[in-house]
Amino acid sequence: MPDANLPLSPPAVMLRDLHVSFTMPGKQINAVNGVDLLLRQGEVVALIGESGSGKSVTLRAIMRLLDERGTCMSGTLSVNGKDVLGMSSRALAAMRGKDVAMVFQEPLLALDPAYTIGNQIAETIRRHERITARDAAARALALFEKVCIPSPQRRLAAYPHELSGGMRQRAMIALALACHPKVLLADEPTTALDATVQIQILLLLRELQRDLGLSVIFVTHDIAAAVEVADRIAVMYAGRIVEEGSTRALISAPRHPYTIALLNSRRHAAEQRGTRLETIGGAPPDLAALPPGCAFAARCSRATDDCRAAQPLAFDVEPDHRVRCIHTGMTAATARI
Amino acid sequence: MIAYLLRRVGYALPTMLGVAFLCFMLVHLAPGDPLVSILPPDASADLQKQLMRLYGFDRPLPVQFGHWVWRALQGDLGTSIATARPVVHEVFNAVGNTFILATLATLIGFTVGSLFGFVGGYFRNSWMDRAASVVSVIGVSLPHYWIGMVLVIIFSVQLMWLPPSGAGPSGSGQWQWDVAHVKYLLLPAFTMSFIPMGIVARTVRALVGDILAQEFVVGLRARGLGEFGVFRHVVKNCAPTALAVMGLQLGYLLGGSILIETVFSWPGTGFLLNQAIFQRDLPLLQGVILILALFFVGLNLAVDVLQMLLDPRIERT
Repeated sequence: MPDANLPLSPPAVMLRDLHVSFTMPGKQINAVNGVDLLLRQGEVVALIGESGSGKSVTLRAIMRLLDERGTCMSGTLSVNGKDVLGMSSRALAAMRGKDVAMVFQEPLLALDPAYTIGNQIAETIRRHERITARDAAARALALFEKVCIPSPQRRLAAYPHELSGGMRQRAMIALALACHPKVLLADEPTTALDATVQIQILLLLRELQRDLGLSVIFVTHDIAAAVEVADRIAVMYAGRIVEEGSTRALISAPRHPYTIALLNSRRHAAEQRGTRLETIGGAPPDLAALPPGCAFAARCSRATDDCRAAQPLAFDVEPDHRVRCIHTGMTAATARI
Repeated sequence: MIAYLLRRVGYALPTMLGVAFLCFMLVHLAPGDPLVSILPPDASADLQKQLMRLYGFDRPLPVQFGHWVWRALQGDLGTSIATARPVVHEVFNAVGNTFILATLATLIGFTVGSLFGFVGGYFRNSWMDRAASVVSVIGVSLPHYWIGMVLVIIFSVQLMWLPPSGAGPSGSGQWQWDVAHVKYLLLPAFTMSFIPMGIVARTVRALVGDILAQEFVVGLRARGLGEFGVFRHVVKNCAPTALAVMGLQLGYLLGGSILIETVFSWPGTGFLLNQAIFQRDLPLLQGVILILALFFVGLNLAVDVLQMLLDPRIERT
């Protein structure tokens, strides 16, 4: 584990009370409702949660990739100590791809179909560095070798649709690493892939992270993938981080009822035939009309009137393990599995 | 690539043969004897027979068709009944004039239409988008000959800046690229440009809107590309479709400008077609239609090939 608080290096990413809302005709969708997250240098944090929990929105907010029209962002957001929300669009564009890069869920959609991959990598490099086209092409080739793409020269000349899913994701990673970013944001990078390819991509990401000392935020709904790569895990629900802690603490001793339910819904799947898969009853809350209290209360068996009355505050149940639930005393006894 | 090209040409050949067949049959499908129009009503049966033999109408249809195609392949489409000049000569003169007019009109229409389309697509539902939409809808909806007449009234009759009709001061029909001739070109070209403008604007607007909503645009921004960098990618992505539309519009203008060419007395194919119809000049009519149809086939072929060069995904399908 990299040491956390070296005095001279600012955190790779710091979010304080981040709010993101989208204005739709007639309503407002509150996708992110006060997220605090610290990504230290060289650390991997996995952001997990179900669809619509706000994890991808949080990730995109870090690079301000959400459509400016109709999006309202507030709070504090800094990358390598630089305030992102106050950046001019010029400074923002200079930061994107250079200091922070993103790996998208579906590379077939995230790459321009009309340009070859090599072309797109070279374009990115030349966007940020004064370098000849020939040198940029050589860099692209080296990147393809680094992400273990066989016959890289030929693959560079290929269009995105000509590669297999796994190759495309490797190419996407190569593109993200083109300008040596220190921070990598991975938006469900393995979700669209076959199970066997998923493992390869995860291993590649972890290897690259160690080699290059990257700081990574890894968004996924696959808990196994999160455990595989992350130092810490943050669980999101209805636009808030409900529990956050080291991977080991969170998996072995989850304290938030939602985390517990999430882990149970997975654990029992592997058990013997005939047992029912445990699910979380109810549906995620409507982000346009969030309740005043805990958003999970409606689906939580432990919920009391206090839960519905006010938003529970986050507090440390042990060092580096924060939970947003007023019943952690109760969950501590039952959660150990 | 070469294989694709050959395959496309292979597809075009039967189409061309079919076109030739239809053109040929026009004469025989039309009610009445094709010779009625040129024979005096009191012509003797002998004269009728003589002319029948002269035009080859006395032989069986398949033989006539074969003969006609064979001559057409050698560049002989017969003689115009009205002017007694070779049809090929007449048609190519007109094609040249129409080509000048249609090309300029397409260029104006494509440029203005693309501009409107990009503005509309980039700033969807803004006042600029609405203004561009209104202009292009007006351009598509108003009858073009009417726009032509209004323009003539404004620029020729009242302001007296530009000549109202014809294709040059001498009226010889021999085009030259000088100021005196170009003045004759401006009004019809501008009038004609309304046709492709609206369609190109709508197409480009839809394309740009579509492309900007795609995930890869977020991907481009995530790499640090600015507005101009993204714009370059948007242009390349909508170029194949926009060019295809432009090509078809050009083809459409080359054949479908009868009204505008007639309003401005522009000696192009539309004007010639008009004359051929009203003078019942059948060889000329056949010739004009054949050339225009073949031109359309060739144009479609060129657009297909160009699209493939621009969009790598087309070749495989």
